[in-house]
Amino acid sequence: MSLSTQPKDPRTERDDITQPSLGPVGLLRFAWRQLTSMRTALFLLLLLAVAALPGSIFPQRSIDAVRTADWIARHETAGPWLDKLGFFEVYASPWFAAIYLLLLVSLVGCVLPRSKVHWKAMRSQPPRAPKRLERLAAHDSVTVDGTPDEVLERVRGALKDGRFRTHSHDASTVSAEKGYLKETGNLFFHLALIGVILGMAGGHLFGWKADIILPVGESMANVAARYDTLNTGPLVDPADFTPFTMKLTRFDAEFESDVKGKGQFGSPRDFTAHVDFTKEPGAKVEKKVIRVNGPLETGGGTAFLLGNGYAPKITVKDAQGNVTYSDATPFLAQDNNYTSVGAVKVAGAGPAGKQLGFAGLFLPTAVLDEQGPHSVFPDLLEPALALSAFEGTLFPGGRPQSVYSLDTEGMTQLKNKEGTDLLRIWLKPGETYTLPGGQGSITFDGVERFAGISVRNDPGKELTLVAALVALLGLILSLTIRRRRVFVRVVPAQEEGRTVVSIGGLAKDDDEGMGDELEDVLTRLKERRT
Amino acid sequence: MTHETLASYSNLSLYSAMAVLTLSMLGYAGYLAGLLPARERRGESVDTAEAPERELVAAGGGPVGGGSAAAAAAAPGSDSEGEVPLRARKAGGVAHMFAILGTVLLFVSAALRGGSVERWPLGNMFEFGVAAALFTMVVFVGWGVRRDLTWLGLFVVAPVLILLGLANTVWYTEAAELMPSLKSVWLIIHVTVATISVGLFAVGFIVALLYLAKDRFGADRGILRALPSEKSLERLTYGLHIVAFPLWTFTLIAGAIWARQAWGSYWNWDPKEVWTFIIWVVYAAYLHARVTRGWRRQSASWVAVAGFVCIIVNYAVVNVYFVGQHSYSGL
Repeated sequence: MSLSTQPKDPRTERDDITQPSLGPVGLLRFAWRQLTSMRTALFLLLLLAVAALPGSIFPQRSIDAVRTADWIARHETAGPWLDKLGFFEVYASPWFAAIYLLLLVSLVGCVLPRSKVHWKAMRSQPPRAPKRLERLAAHDSVTVDGTPDEVLERVRGALKDGRFRTHSHDASTVSAEKGYLKETGNLFFHLALIGVILGMAGGHLFGWKADIILPVGESMANVAARYDTLNTGPLVDPADFTPFTMKLTRFDAEFESDVKGKGQFGSPRDFTAHVDFTKEPGAKVEKKVIRVNGPLETGGGTAFLLGNGYAPKITVKDAQGNVTYSDATPFLAQDNNYTSVGAVKVAGAGPAGKQLGFAGLFLPTAVLDEQGPHSVFPDLLEPALALSAFEGTLFPGGRPQSVYSLDTEGMTQLKNKEGTDLLRIWLKPGETYTLPGGQGSITFDGVERFAGISVRNDPGKELTLVAALVALLGLILSLTIRRRRVFVRVVPAQEEGRTVVSIGGLAKDDDEGMGDELEDVLTRLKERRT
Repeated sequence: MTHETLASYSNLSLYSAMAVLTLSMLGYAGYLAGLLPARERRGESVDTAEAPERELVAAGGGPVGGGSAAAAAAAPGSDSEGEVPLRARKAGGVAHMFAILGTVLLFVSAALRGGSVERWPLGNMFEFGVAAALFTMVVFVGWGVRRDLTWLGLFVVAPVLILLGLANTVWYTEAAELMPSLKSVWLIIHVTVATISVGLFAVGFIVALLYLAKDRFGADRGILRALPSEKSLERLTYGLHIVAFPLWTFTLIAGAIWARQAWGSYWNWDPKEVWTFIIWVVYAAYLHARVTRGWRRQSASWVAVAGFVCIIVNYAVVNVYFVGQHSYSGL
């Protein structure tokens, strides 16, 4: 705007507008140019690094929902706020997605035009030699035998041996260029990153994963209803699952007991699940093993051994001696020594219509001291069950609940026979405890191990892998290859039959090796003389 | 030999390596110190610290090329070798011998450790620490074959000694078998390449810091004179990083393949994975920053420095304090 106090003439006022109006199209073009600029890409890269940070600091819901809920509960003020901002689901949060999507758009916007330019460059000839080669940063001059034409021919040969592309714009010069693969590699690297993302998206859309806890002796079939948890991509129909079955026949576990040093004693050493695998109904049974690092390809998903633990066999009888519960009941390990928590839910109603429930610990090597009951070694050296008993309603309101804990809202805890204290049951294998008040008995029959099996199918992983390897190859090409232009001019020397060869090199970036390159060309040129 | 004997020889070798590297460090310090008085006595205006760089250009450039031409023009009358006092040169030479010996001893220590546990010796924090020290020394010594790196010795050997000290005290773990998830050929591939690239990044980080220090405090100040020119230091920084970065990319890919084998999914956003990714992104940013118009080389080098800070965090903090699937520290 003009600061002049003169009355405004409509014509001059128009002249005052120095900036042309961008208009919506112009504005978009401006935004696009900003987004696809290198500075923006760099900024987004750094932003991506910063944005990925909180996911490693705060517990993530998709990885450990229990720890996340616990963290939020412990931080009354910050917890809910951070939750709203997506700090517990960083890699699925809108702001994280915004950064990598912008980065991706920026990448495409940068790489596609560059691909076009590079395509043209690949098919065109090296440019005309500059007038004064001695002005180039790297240059040299030698006098050799031969007429200019002969020498020029030899120069061409020497350059071609150095993998240069050559072209003569006139009779006394050669222009040569090499290192096109540098830009090719660079473009392939960036385009392959898009492939990596597409593969990940494919895995998300078409992949599924399912987990099951399988005690020794039990079987499973690959149907949605049999799994403890099932996560399917939006485009997956569980009806299409391949109908394999497997039975866990044995589970071997080994723990460190020789080395007593800190952090080593009791560490897991080997886990092996032996299964009877049937590819489809009617097929013959195959003996297979699933190990950590040794998954089983089922033909419709891969079965991984991701966890293990103990499933004590527990039998509950009523006062008349009728069995009301008998099962290998998985208890989930809470620490490295397999102090495990679990629950027994006797769904059938007992006396006075009340249901019975037991909750507590399974300890493979039990110790009872001032820390309370806990396990001191992960293997079955001194197994024991430490349980509390409850009566009342197991499933108040029919809400879904964990099988490893009791919802005691509708229950009351049983007291000991004298009624002085809460009832605490301590059982070793083979022992039976008779509950007070004619409630029946609970028996610890023995212990089985269970395997935590995860079956997963990710159809995008091959694309991701191939794209990642292409990216790596492109990266190596783009970082190791030098784009170099070399120009040669020949003029007849004063002596008869000799020619002065001037050579100059032009590199894209600062290039220490340019001098070497020119020397190599001249060496090859001299060798060609013979 | 029993496993215990091998393990004790491994530790003995490690202690010897530390003693030898200490002598090497003193030698390198003596080299730098020996340069100073000589220069200050003469009060030369010519930056004699150019010597190593000139050598480097001459070695690469031969009779052709602008850089070497300039060097050749400057050479008469100021023979760079002659300006390094004999005692300093001797100290540097001895230091270099000790550096090589220390590297060999570190290698022997790692190999004996591997023999004592009958597995690849990269299974816990202590072993990562020793291997990172070993590979940093291998990079330094190996690179030293191609050019004179006496100026760099002190700045590499001193941090390596600190790392070994920490590994031996804070992170020491007894020799033992691996946990099941580590029993894979990918341990050899993934962790070894990761440690090699950390060694390269470490030397790159040190050179970047020297570049930034020389740039910030002036080329004529104290021992900074003994270093190559800023331009040369910056190039060396870049040269190291372009070797390390593809190796780190490979680490990331190999880790993903292994994660799929061991944990069922090639990417789990485990804290260690997140940090490996962050490090990759930061170094990618460094490579971009270096060719972005409007970004100075100094600023780009700061990005590289930030990358190595992330590596340190990834190793010393994430391994020990963050809960995740990479909890193999043995602590």
